[in-house]
Amino acid sequence: MSPPTQADFRTAMLRPEAPVPEGLGNGHGGPAGRRFAVYRNNVAVGLTEAVVEGFPTLRALLGEDNLRALAAPFLRAHPPSSPLMFRYGAALPGFLRSFQPLAHMGYLPDVARLDLARRESYHAADATPLDPARLAAIPPADLARARLGLAPSLRVVRSAWPLWQIWQLAHHDGPPPRPVAEDILITRPGFDPTAHHLPAGGAGFLDALGQGRSAEAASEAALAEAPDADLPALLGLLLKSGALTSLEIPT
Amino acid sequence: MFDQSPSRLPALPGVGFKARHYGAILEDAGPVGWLEIHAENYMGDGGRPIAMLRRLAERFPVSVHGVGLSIGGEGALDRAHLARLRDLCDWLQPASFSEHLAWSTHDSAYFNDLLPLPYTSATLDRVVSHVGQVQDALGRQMLLENPSSYLSFDESEMTETAFLREVARRSGCGLLLDVNNVFVSAVNLGLDPRAYVQDFPLETVGEIHLGGHDEDEDDAGRPLLIDSHGREVADPVWALLDEVLTLSGPKPLLIEWDNDLPDWPVLAAEAARAGAALQRAAA
Repeated sequence: MSPPTQADFRTAMLRPEAPVPEGLGNGHGGPAGRRFAVYRNNVAVGLTEAVVEGFPTLRALLGEDNLRALAAPFLRAHPPSSPLMFRYGAALPGFLRSFQPLAHMGYLPDVARLDLARRESYHAADATPLDPARLAAIPPADLARARLGLAPSLRVVRSAWPLWQIWQLAHHDGPPPRPVAEDILITRPGFDPTAHHLPAGGAGFLDALGQGRSAEAASEAALAEAPDADLPALLGLLLKSGALTSLEIPT
Repeated sequence: MFDQSPSRLPALPGVGFKARHYGAILEDAGPVGWLEIHAENYMGDGGRPIAMLRRLAERFPVSVHGVGLSIGGEGALDRAHLARLRDLCDWLQPASFSEHLAWSTHDSAYFNDLLPLPYTSATLDRVVSHVGQVQDALGRQMLLENPSSYLSFDESEMTETAFLREVARRSGCGLLLDVNNVFVSAVNLGLDPRAYVQDFPLETVGEIHLGGHDEDEDDAGRPLLIDSHGREVADPVWALLDEVLTLSGPKPLLIEWDNDLPDWPVLAAEAARAGAALQRAAA
């Protein structure tokens, strides 16, 4: 009998049905037996809590007991790959896409992405929002060339589902969602991530700004995506929500 | 090589910091003279956790306690994680850095627990090497904490105290003595907790931990204590602490409460009890 390796522990850790590694005792001359389950239990409880705490919108939609039940097969398939537990669960959207028991709730992967995006925003670097007065003082010709910097805590979650209505329903109650595609903008002016409905064209606009393109190029991207995009309203939302942090006019 | 004193924390009660106690601590920390944080919770880029920590660090000495470095791992230390620890220690300049005699990562899977090690010469070589790498990366001495044990390894060749004494001697690290872990391990494995602390190299101890445990039993109906950190410190652990402090003199003394968090007055009362134990030891 060879001594147990950490690979043996790893194999046995996430599978309750796996045998306890050999070479472990109870300190009284007997085998370790159920004592090994203390470690299994600590790991499963800790990871389950991380899922329950880390996905509040999934919890609101599914109920806590159902989310715990979902966590059990998820944590076996996807144990953490990093000791930063606040990042745990990045694989959950993909897991949900192939999880047959919840296949009838096709929007759940997008809900999981939304919860992940809010968590990322919470831990992102701090930045001071752009003062709207600065933008107002720019001549229109310069504004077209301007490069607008995005807050590190900004996240865009695109969805083919009515994600904004689902979000409202989960956290604030609301009517049954109408079947339209909705994107969500997350910003964090202070320390608390805030969700906003991002109108059509907004994601294209922000994507262009994120690539360092000019306000004019971003506007064209928005209109290409949604010909009736209301650009002034979009800019108003971005300023009000603290999405923008810098303004630079290339010389 | 490093600052020779095992830690720059004051010989006062400290508590593990939880965000829900932030306001209460700033208003009136009571007997609490320093705070400990779990390093991994402060490795984001910004936001509320780091803002809170910056503010607290202006008022209190801070101890950084790592829970995810996997110092006992069979594989190499995670260089990215070591760099994150170095960044945290660089900006925070904590009074102490400590980690566990345990492992948690294998083959890129991280288990959020402190998993046990056999006390063999091979494990000793590996732990000494890893502790040395940590101290080199951080440019400071670290403290290594004794684990709570639920089982034993047939292959172990030495006692835990002999193992830790050798790690400290060969790596130059200090030790963190968790008195609750001593009690939990002793009950679980049928050892004498008083003999353990008498055999412990107390001169290397830079910090003491105390926490609550739960009571369960194993397959044979023997008591099995679980290091749960979810309640008050048990009376026999306070008694064992008095024996330690009689031998060691006053040390920085931390109350760990990580689950089923109490309101601040309950935690402050535990810290006050720790303060009384320190005063008895100083008398």
